Amino acid sequence: MKTLELHLAVSLLQARYAQAIDDDRLEDWPGFFTEDCFYSITSHENHVRGLAAGIVWCDNQGMLKDRVSGLREANIYERHRYRHVLSMPATVQPEGDRVRAQTPFAVYRITRNRPSELFVTGCYHDEYRITGEDDLKIARRVVVCDSSVFDTLLAIPL
Amino acid sequence: MNDVATPAAPGRTWPDEGLTRIPYWVYTDEALRRQEQQRLYQGETWNYLCLEADLAQTGDYVSTFVGETPVVAVRAEDGELYAFENRCAHRGALIALENAGRTDQFTCVYHAWSYDLQGTLKGVAFEQGVAGKGGMPPGFDKPAHSPRKLRVATTCGLVFGSFSDDVPDLEDYIGEAVLGRIRRILGKGEIEVLGRFTQKLPNNWKLYFENVKDSYHASLLHLFLTTFDVNRLTQKGGLIVSEDGGNHVSYSMVIPDERHGSEYRDQGIRSENQDYTLHDTSFLQGTDEIGDGITLQILSVFPGFVLGQVWNSFVVRQVLPKGVDETELHWTYFGFREDTPEQRTARLKQLNLVGPAGLVSMEDGCVGGFVQRGIATAEDERAVVQMGGDATSSSDTRATEASVRGFWKAYRRHMGL
Ligand code: FES
Ligand SMILES: [Fe+2]
Repeated sequence: MKTLELHLAVSLLQARYAQAIDDDRLEDWPGFFTEDCFYSITSHENHVRGLAAGIVWCDNQGMLKDRVSGLREANIYERHRYRHVLSMPATVQPEGDRVRAQTPFAVYRITRNRPSELFVTGCYHDEYRITGEDDLKIARRVVVCDSSVFDTLLAIPL
Repeated sequence: MNDVATPAAPGRTWPDEGLTRIPYWVYTDEALRRQEQQRLYQGETWNYLCLEADLAQTGDYVSTFVGETPVVAVRAEDGELYAFENRCAHRGALIALENAGRTDQFTCVYHAWSYDLQGTLKGVAFEQGVAGKGGMPPGFDKPAHSPRKLRVATTCGLVFGSFSDDVPDLEDYIGEAVLGRIRRILGKGEIEVLGRFTQKLPNNWKLYFENVKDSYHASLLHLFLTTFDVNRLTQKGGLIVSEDGGNHVSYSMVIPDERHGSEYRDQGIRSENQDYTLHDTSFLQGTDEIGDGITLQILSVFPGFVLGQVWNSFVVRQVLPKGVDETELHWTYFGFREDTPEQRTARLKQLNLVGPAGLVSMEDGCVGGFVQRGIATAEDERAVVQMGGDATSSSDTRATEASVRGFWKAYRRHMGL
């Protein structure tokens, strides 16, 4: 793919990804990733210090599916949803069948009986695999949150 | 001892039933909150400050809190650890503005008063004035104007501080039974920090600390534990409560071929769901690295330290009040320097169970808030804490609230309530 096409492909995937989560189609979420994907949620401070742990840390797609079924069938929390607001992907760099990109985001949280509130801001540090004509899958996504402070809990994935 | 002449909570009295009833005003009373700062956090308690690993070299420091008091912990030139209030002796500004760092002295940014690594005031900018004018009066005693200093003690690589000269030695304060369970984990080797996160909780700190001690809720609220046999009340395990009630250990073990009892199903308890299976079972395949079969151990030291093991994941939690209905939970995820790459990966995977997004622990972030909102106008009502009778003693069942009552026993003694 050409640079501009790649940029568009990444943007479209990001938009569909955010919409799936915000529309509560969480079952679709693992499908954006390759089977041997890596997904973690960490903070800027941990990231720059090179600390490996995440508040979510998954090294295969099965773990993402388990997150979703955990949320649906096991975990107890007050009903809420997210609204992702995505920036344009920056630094889109193709390398063979891989593409790296960084996309800043803000996520608002809408909890029962409460106004929308800013929940998390951060940046997706991504590596995509080109899997088709204009099809990308996320091979690696590190969600680097700007703050290390999380309010109450983080149940729904970012 | 505490000044018990002043009531900790004017106009309030503890219910006659004793430790089996908790009056709800303890979670909402502003006067009580201020008294806690003096009687608990600045009283005869040891408060977790940081890991010794955070203060490895001379000049390494950490800014943290004892209750709501900002505190600096540091390693000085003599190799010893010191801690002092993070409050400039001049006008009260914070002395250290970073969470952690390395320095050879501390200088307040406001008017540049400076402190050595032991927290003693060493320099006053323009102390002699300028060109013979101004300056401090002669004979100003700098060391006498240092910020308040804490006693510091360490055990098993953990650093604790106390404002009290009368508090017992740290290891006596923790008690041998609980200390043995700290050694069980931290005796394994040199700690390697894997990550740190902070969780804001919308509730009084005591609701969280009680939750930690509440061995009764764990397998009822957290489905992950129950279904995957990490923890069931019917599993072999037990509860240790320290003599004074403040410190505790709850633990359980999985016996590999144990048949599922029907206790949960018989009672129709929600957390029993035999149909629930994982796509990726690798993350719950723990190894018995300590060699005693214990797969879950939660341990607390009054008033704000928690050490947790779930399979092969280890965390330290520091519980800090931030007002009457707000609490911060500082999570430190750790492993050990000598971990193999496989052990490290196993820990990173199993850490999915804990923390603000923990498959097990995320519920604990909510329930305190549910109580805080539930008791909005119930100051004169009380909670019932009667599982297992009225004892505060160790037991071989976890279907008891003994360690919650133990917490209140210690709390009331410190507070003079
Ligand atoms: S407040 Fe610190 S030097 Fe003035
Ligand atoms: Fe819990």
